[in-house]
Amino acid sequence: MTTLSFSVAFSPADWQAITLSLQLAGLSTVLLLLLGTPLAWWLAGTRSALKPLWTALVAMPLVLPPTVLGFYLLVLMGPQGPMGQATQALGLGRLPFTFAGLVVGSVLCSLPFVMQPLQQAFEAIPPRLLEAAATLRAGPLDRFFSIALPLARPGLVTALVLGFAHALGEFGVVLMLGGSIPGKTRVLSVALYDHVEATEFADAHRLAAAMVVFALAVLVSLQLVNRPRAAARVASTVAGAP
Amino acid sequence: MISLQLRLPRRDFTLDLALQLPARGITALFGPSGCGKTTVLRALAGLERAQGSVAVGQAAEQVWQDDAAGRFLPPHQRPIGYVIQEAALFPHLSVEKNLRYGLRRVAPGSARIELAQAAALLGIDHLLARQPVTLSGGERQRVAIARALLTSPQLLLMDEPLAALDAARKAEILPYLERLHVALAMPIVYVTHALDEVARLADHLVLMAAGRVQASGPLAELLARTDLPLASAEDAGVVLQATVQAHDPPFGLSLLGLDGAGQGGGEQALGLWVGALAQPPGSPVRARVLARDVSVARSAAADSSILNVLPVTLAEVQLGAATALLGLRLGHATQAMPAATRLLARITRRSFEGLQLAVGQPLFAQIKAVSLMR
Repeated sequence: MTTLSFSVAFSPADWQAITLSLQLAGLSTVLLLLLGTPLAWWLAGTRSALKPLWTALVAMPLVLPPTVLGFYLLVLMGPQGPMGQATQALGLGRLPFTFAGLVVGSVLCSLPFVMQPLQQAFEAIPPRLLEAAATLRAGPLDRFFSIALPLARPGLVTALVLGFAHALGEFGVVLMLGGSIPGKTRVLSVALYDHVEATEFADAHRLAAAMVVFALAVLVSLQLVNRPRAAARVASTVAGAP
Repeated sequence: MISLQLRLPRRDFTLDLALQLPARGITALFGPSGCGKTTVLRALAGLERAQGSVAVGQAAEQVWQDDAAGRFLPPHQRPIGYVIQEAALFPHLSVEKNLRYGLRRVAPGSARIELAQAAALLGIDHLLARQPVTLSGGERQRVAIARALLTSPQLLLMDEPLAALDAARKAEILPYLERLHVALAMPIVYVTHALDEVARLADHLVLMAAGRVQASGPLAELLARTDLPLASAEDAGVVLQATVQAHDPPFGLSLLGLDGAGQGGGEQALGLWVGALAQPPGSPVRARVLARDVSVARSAAADSSILNVLPVTLAEVQLGAATALLGLRLGHATQAMPAATRLLARITRRSFEGLQLAVGQPLFAQIKAVSLMR
């Protein structure tokens, strides 16, 4: 067992892993919001009989081990898989063991963390507000941007933070899809794993502690942003309280 | 003329109706809760898709729905204003931004009502900077009405706009609704299950039950009928269009002349004494006389304290278990008076038998109370 006294400075390799993780999480979050928001809006409003199926499919990454997801993605993206064939036909090459492949995996894995708060926020908007907007000449897209999005703001913030934090810490899918190529696929969680494998516990401690502090900071700031005051204001007006 | 033909299966009943409504004045859709009147309004707005057709005029763009032609205008393309019970103000926008929401989405050329005008009409000028959550129920409803008006709609649809409010708040809003009617000459379709709102506001009445239309016609005509379920309501009664004729300041009274009564065949004009009014002679007023406030006598009693005794002719009788509902035509003349100038009287069946009343008999109606609606 190594001693707990260590330098706070990260090694260049660890910095590279941190930067890569931030890039992965940032890009994933942007894609998640672009993909998840319309999907959540559609799911919140649909009367499709298949709604339970779609909801369940989106929630699958919550219950599946990430390695299972990673395995199937690997198969799909591989040279014989349909996705792999498509990316090759499009001249994009193969996705496994690339940063782009990680982004795809991370987006899929984090989708439920983005979708659920968004869908709940959209479903909480009283239909009469959207109908009122329609009778005030607002078309469907207009209603989405002028009424639904502003009223779903707390859900949007939660989705953003949870999506980013989850993408930042994703491990199983990354390991299956990306391995540990420095600068390309060796993200924070993988670097931490490598340190532990190599019994470099001081390095492992630094990364792990940084993750703990980050997670705590994220959750506290989420509490602050979505304080009940703001939420209560919207909720009580929505409920038509006197 | 607004033409509706709607069919929509619901859980409890099938909405199935064909209606012609005047494209002016206030039309009340009246009926018990769950009779489909809200669904009719929603179908007019395009919020509900029933089978059939909706047209507010002859022109092609006035056809809002025509299943045969595959036409269905979504709500945001219909020139309507829509106000519901819960006001539905946008909680993330200030009152002014709520008001501007519809206003700035209307084509610049077709905005006929300005923000200041609507705010003044509904008395909300001082609320513009407020957030909806800080408003009282009555204020919220006035903002919602102004917001709908600012789209300069061709038709204003109101779904029980007063139902969520207590009596005091109702009394606060009713004058605004009346002013709206007079100031903007905008046709309104008004859904309610409150007979007093109907009597006060409506010009045309549609009675609904279980998804069907029971009767549709001018308000005064329908209220005076004895054969409709309306007549058995506790507050059944007629409305009479009248004109202020004279004031009697020493006694604190005003005299109303009943429109359409007493003009035929040398009959004297019929009048009603009411508590002193502020309006000058010649002003139109609407008076409501409840059936329970009218009794009849075979002769004009000279020794009665009742001020308003009108000659009437018994036109119809509906006998109940213990009561009799009488339809009374104003005047003793044999020629038919307009159906609108009728009274209803609810008396006991015992009195009915005792007086040996028969249709066609000349009687005197003793009116104990008259309430002025506007």
